[in-house]
Amino acid sequence: MDIAAHVFSALYQFGDAFAFLVLSACGLAVIFGMMGVINLAHGEFIMCGAYVTAATVHAGLPLPLGILAGTLVSALVGVVVELAVIRHLYDRPLDTIVATWGLSLIATQGTLIMVGSTMAGVGTPFGSFQVGDYSYSIYRIVLFCAALGVLAALYALFNWTRFGVLARATIQVPHMAAALGVDTRLIYSLTFACGAGLAGLAGGLYAPTMTLVPTMGATFIMEAFVTVVIGGADVFLGTAPAGGVLAVVKSVMTSWQGQLFGQIGLLVAVIIVVRVLPKGISGFVLRERT
Amino acid sequence: MFRRLEGPQTAGRGPAFWGLFALVLGAALAYPLFSDGYTVGNTVYFFVWVFIALSLCLIWGYGGSLSFGQTAFFGIAGYGYGILTINFGSAYGFTLLALVIAVAIAALFAVLLGYFMFFGRIAGVFLGIVTLAVTLMLERFMAQTAGPEWRIGAARLNGFNGMSAMPPLTIPWPGEPIVLFADVGLYYLVLGLLVFVYLALRILMNSSFGNVIVAIRENPERAEMLGYDIRKYQLITFVIGAALAGLSGVLYTVWGQYITPSSMGMTAAALPLIWVAVGGRSDLTSTVIGTLVVLAAFQALTIYGSQYALVFMGVLLVLTVLIAPNGLVLGLMNWLGRIAARFTQRAG
Repeated sequence: MDIAAHVFSALYQFGDAFAFLVLSACGLAVIFGMMGVINLAHGEFIMCGAYVTAATVHAGLPLPLGILAGTLVSALVGVVVELAVIRHLYDRPLDTIVATWGLSLIATQGTLIMVGSTMAGVGTPFGSFQVGDYSYSIYRIVLFCAALGVLAALYALFNWTRFGVLARATIQVPHMAAALGVDTRLIYSLTFACGAGLAGLAGGLYAPTMTLVPTMGATFIMEAFVTVVIGGADVFLGTAPAGGVLAVVKSVMTSWQGQLFGQIGLLVAVIIVVRVLPKGISGFVLRERT
Repeated sequence: MFRRLEGPQTAGRGPAFWGLFALVLGAALAYPLFSDGYTVGNTVYFFVWVFIALSLCLIWGYGGSLSFGQTAFFGIAGYGYGILTINFGSAYGFTLLALVIAVAIAALFAVLLGYFMFFGRIAGVFLGIVTLAVTLMLERFMAQTAGPEWRIGAARLNGFNGMSAMPPLTIPWPGEPIVLFADVGLYYLVLGLLVFVYLALRILMNSSFGNVIVAIRENPERAEMLGYDIRKYQLITFVIGAALAGLSGVLYTVWGQYITPSSMGMTAAALPLIWVAVGGRSDLTSTVIGTLVVLAAFQALTIYGSQYALVFMGVLLVLTVLIAPNGLVLGLMNWLGRIAARFTQRAG
């Protein structure tokens, strides 16, 4: 096998890890960056997206529309959750964690009761291609592009739209934004819906690649948490570079010692990084800038 | 005599409270006389969980740092006990030594983890996430140790099925050693430990150390300005909590003579949180009562299907956080206390 094939293999694994980390984390990061709330039910929103996607595909819709449906349903559920629970807890961040964990428990067990212990999956589309001695799934490349697309779309949303301006104003000084006539409660609801929708999108995108079980959210959350912890509160200055760094750690450790050690590598990296940069990468970058 | 046991950090004071305490303790001591071995063993199971609840109460309720790592320490100590006793047997009271060593291993792990967290000044939600990540990682690690290559000495780790057949606690005794199976013998040992830990924590929380811990919870900056190295205090609290969670893990392993990776999973980590939140996180007594009540309710519900019981627990947790953030039992106790105060005022 020649060097090009090796390089391609490494890049492919990096891209795969990067897409997984960014897609699973961005919904969490949007909510955390906006409101300082960690949504422990994040994995269940992902599960919701995956289930809705699978259900609509079984009903005969094409996969992209199914993913869209998964995203929208998750976002709707997000609005309901925000109105019913999260809204009352903004001044108690620790209690939000506890409450969203309760929600996660309800969602996991509720799905288990209603849908059963597993759901028929969706086949991975597009097939594969050959480089060197190994074959690669085209869908994974699509996922990588989707991750980049999501980052670009978020950038556009927060920088070029009226909602983005109002949202950033609300992040910066909530009281001042409210005094200037911004309906901060509405902004919070929309942001939470946006985060939940992104989680649903991640679920929909990964639905064709994994088995659908009620506890599938747990596969995502560790990676998502780790990326958000390292990244800090800003999606672009934090989540994206954190995804990049962690993807290197994960793909190197995984190809060296296997899946589990990839995850252990992530965890160790996080514990060391938070010791050195307590406010995450975005905190570090912002401090350098000011 | 009760001066060191009472103070602003713990609910319950005066002869009325301690009279009630003695009454409950007496009832608990007499209880095996009126019950059969199986029910007593089941009660031990309840008591075992109280230790981990107390550890969470200490770290979260008093210290103000929400930790999901308690189940990790629980598992580490449980596995530690299993590995030690399967390798070295139970002769010469080694099981008691293994208990101490296993708890010490959990505490040591907490020192390491706590150093990185508290000296990295992680606080608030991040602390919760990092500890949760550690817990989930441990579960995944233990779940994949199914192969025969995963062994420590004679002890196979056995992956998702977990370890079993470790010897129960054995007290060396002239003539015949006393083997504490999960009935009356273990009951008295665990009850004794429980009373000891409860009283010791009361003394600790009402000492100057406890006051500093609560001060850090209320306002870390101010505590620091007053000259306390809050990182050290947080680390010490975290380690004490980890040791208690470890004790819980060892007793659990001893009780059922098995330990599985799922005792470190998401659900396992959620349950102590529910007990403590529902009971009243900022008070030891309400934590104990809350844990026992919720556990009993959970077990009663499990008869009708454990999925439904877990959904109910989730609802209970969300409602408690929304409606009674200080906990249901603590709220009830404070209400009773106010009524009693009004009553005595009127009488006097």
